[in-house]
Amino acid sequence: MANKRKKDWGAYLYLMPTVVILVAFHVLPIFYSLAVSFYEWDLIGQPEYVGVGNYSRLFDDPMFYKSLWNTVYYAAVSVPLSILFSLIIAMLLNNPISAIGLYRTIYFIPVITSINAVAIVWNFIYHPDFGLLNKILAIFSIDPRAWLQDPVWAMPAIIFMSVWKGLGHNVIIFLAGLQNIPRHLYEAARIDGASRWQQFRHITWPLLSPTTFFIFTISTIGSFQVFSQVYMMTPRGGPLKSTMVVVYYLYRKAFEQFEFGYALAAAFVLFMIIFACTLFNKLYLEKKVHYS
Amino acid sequence: MFKFKHPEYAPVHVLLILGSIFMLFPFIWMIATSFKSQDEILTTSKSIVLLPDLARPSFLNGEEETARIERKKEEAKAWQAEQARPQAERNKKIQAPFHWFDNYLFALKAQPFYRFFLNTIFVTITVTTVSLFFASLAAYAFAFFNFPFKNAMFMMMLGTMMLPQQALLIPNYIFLSKLGWVNTYMALIVPWLASAYSVFFLRQFFLQLPKDLFEAATIDGCTRFQFYYKVVLPLSIPSMVTLGIFSFLANWNSFVWPLIVTNDTNLRVIQVGLSYFSSEAGTRWGPLMAASTMTILPLVIGYFLAQKQFVESQATTGMKE
Repeated sequence: MANKRKKDWGAYLYLMPTVVILVAFHVLPIFYSLAVSFYEWDLIGQPEYVGVGNYSRLFDDPMFYKSLWNTVYYAAVSVPLSILFSLIIAMLLNNPISAIGLYRTIYFIPVITSINAVAIVWNFIYHPDFGLLNKILAIFSIDPRAWLQDPVWAMPAIIFMSVWKGLGHNVIIFLAGLQNIPRHLYEAARIDGASRWQQFRHITWPLLSPTTFFIFTISTIGSFQVFSQVYMMTPRGGPLKSTMVVVYYLYRKAFEQFEFGYALAAAFVLFMIIFACTLFNKLYLEKKVHYS
Repeated sequence: MFKFKHPEYAPVHVLLILGSIFMLFPFIWMIATSFKSQDEILTTSKSIVLLPDLARPSFLNGEEETARIERKKEEAKAWQAEQARPQAERNKKIQAPFHWFDNYLFALKAQPFYRFFLNTIFVTITVTTVSLFFASLAAYAFAFFNFPFKNAMFMMMLGTMMLPQQALLIPNYIFLSKLGWVNTYMALIVPWLASAYSVFFLRQFFLQLPKDLFEAATIDGCTRFQFYYKVVLPLSIPSMVTLGIFSFLANWNSFVWPLIVTNDTNLRVIQVGLSYFSSEAGTRWGPLMAASTMTILPLVIGYFLAQKQFVESQATTGMKE
């Protein structure tokens, strides 16, 4: 049986629509971009072949390293925080309580709201003089800060806002995953006298792992490409370039300085890093995932 | 069934309500601002200092940027001249008082918004339904079959999510113009009919379905396609609804792509329409917020209704073993 299915080319019938469109509009452009990354090109003139010139320049560029470090910082803090908080909220929402639909909707509203509107509001919140955050901190007699203009605090402020914005998305996915866990398992555990923590540790966490794996992988891929909120909230890479992330860096190179080949080289280095992380997730972490 | 309003859930409610306030207030601020006049917005919170940075055109137009700065300078000059005039003369200029819905009326008149809405609804619904169908087929294959190059195909698919959109805009645009699709609905729809995210999402849920069910059904002579639409699809309605919502939102909110591939007003979608408020003669915060509220409100209401559906479908799927 297993052998017979190894040669199962019929499966490609199911994959065909997706694969054809992905290859045409998403895979081929990647190869095209890869080719352009070996050229110097300002989009208007004739591209000039420079070999690995763009890449060797990139690896000598301190600003690129800085942006890479900032991106890793963003990803390493925002992904676990977002998973932690969304799991807690999803578990709260998974109780048989009233007004559940209302809560689900409320927690989802930041996801619905466009990033433009959200960025404007958070700029007000973080404002050094009139911002809500400083006003709240004043109650606890904490000194006001210029959050988005402070090289130490600009990135945490962006991370905080991003976690807030994306929370509802993960909550919904966790909630769907939690509802797939058979209730009788918990009943059996309770009869055996398992504590809440033990129930979480031995039932919820392992059975939720396909969902957690999905969220972790998707969030990692997404957080390495953080752009909009950085662009909107800290123009020009923030104080002392403390919020200069890779995609913003390549955006500036491509669309402000018109070094298109160089920008695509940066995009490819980022691509390789994300690809390596995802491959690690798929080959190593997915072994720990519990599928039925 | 569960009895509602258990007193032991009071702490859960307290936590959820605190969280709700935190999640909601920017939205409330947006609605509040949509009812304010430009003066009110600018004077009650002097933090306008921060705003002009957000007012720049959102995408790659160096010329527009300089034009905007020039315009700003002229506006500032005009404003200074205005200040120099005597108070009595200035008061004469204010004719109509501000009404509550002025921003909404202004927003609706400023753009062919109904057209933008129709375009957005058409594109979003087409993409969401077709891509959901395609993705469920692919995810079914990934979850239940063993085929050559399975892992390689999966990684290729995930790979399409890893290169930043910004880097792919130029090659995609060149390709679309070779196909002659620039300024057509095809450009807005076809590239998004396949979604690696959706395939990955559904694969994770399909993998949680019992495998022995598949073995048993195929031994009993059920074809693979029958198993897909008779067993897998009905069982995964909750996850399909969730994914449908995500897909709907992603398309409803997509901005950069439609901006690049269309420039015909008749083909514009609402997110592009929204951006007009910030690129023409500075940002008109009131109308912008009014228009944002109008684009978000249908989603909030739609989501509220859809999630009820999705709780119900959750209750009726019997697969809990």
